[in-house]
Amino acid sequence: MAIDKNTNVLIVDDYKTMLRIIRNLLKQLDFNNVEEATDGQEALAKLRAGHFGLIISDWNMQPMTGLDLLKEVRADGRLKDTPFIMITAESKTENVVAAKAAGVSNYIVKPFNAETLREKIEKVMAHA
Amino acid sequence: MPDGDGTPDKIEQAVRAVLGSLSGDLTVTEAALLAELEGLGREVARAKSEIAALRVEDINHSHIPTATDELDAVVEHTAAATNEILDCCEKLEGLQPGLSGEAADVVGSVVTRIYEACSFQDITGQRIGKVVAALKAIEKRVAAVSESFGRGPEPAPAEEERAPLTEGQKLANGPQLPGGGTSQEEIDRLLASFD
Repeated sequence: MAIDKNTNVLIVDDYKTMLRIIRNLLKQLDFNNVEEATDGQEALAKLRAGHFGLIISDWNMQPMTGLDLLKEVRADGRLKDTPFIMITAESKTENVVAAKAAGVSNYIVKPFNAETLREKIEKVMAHA
Repeated sequence: MPDGDGTPDKIEQAVRAVLGSLSGDLTVTEAALLAELEGLGREVARAKSEIAALRVEDINHSHIPTATDELDAVVEHTAAATNEILDCCEKLEGLQPGLSGEAADVVGSVVTRIYEACSFQDITGQRIGKVVAALKAIEKRVAAVSESFGRGPEPAPAEEERAPLTEGQKLANGPQLPGGGTSQEEIDRLLASFD
């Protein structure tokens, strides 16, 4: 199944530098329709106002964490099927299990490389 | 056993009260108890003078705030440097369309590696955040010890009214130290086990 690289991608991270890095890596993967949010609440507002085919979110943000954002997304009738990739420094098994229980599509541990990002995006979008 | 400011402390008052309540000759047991009590008083007085010599106020009023400010500055400077590196990378990327096939590939590959490496700033920022939180916890404990030894209440920060933590907040403890977390390969296997 071909991946639609024109899909709108929302990247969520409270480190502006990290947003810039992920945006640039996505650009190299030919994803050019990228929007940013710096915490879960801002992300949720953007998701509800627009149309996104992929969410890539950090975990550790205030006031709303990436896990809380994921739960909100999965509980929202319109957003619930949106592929959601967690990119985080939280690398404990309990975090991965909690994210999976909340409905995460895939999980990338920081630091990561462009190849891992490409592989996970292709995997989740193929199943979307 | 006077206090640091010359007033009798509670242990000295207790010894005096015990002595005042005794009449006649002391029994061997009473004398031993009194000696123990006096010894305890001396230990407490010594501990108090040692704590005074440590100048614990300096820890809370100067050392810890300075350390946290320095760490904040580290985060700011590394963020500024990382953004400079990213500016340069974006300029190099802009040159790619004008390069020959092999040169364009090399530039693209090198720029990608620099982007990947720049994520160090995020990880170090989170680690420094954990150190700052640890310093603040030490600050609170020092204030508590200082107060319990009668050095007067320090202006302790008011306890914040906090909403109950969400599951996401409770589990937000990263980044883990090397060997303390799960690798990407282990995470992939774990996720696959749910399918």
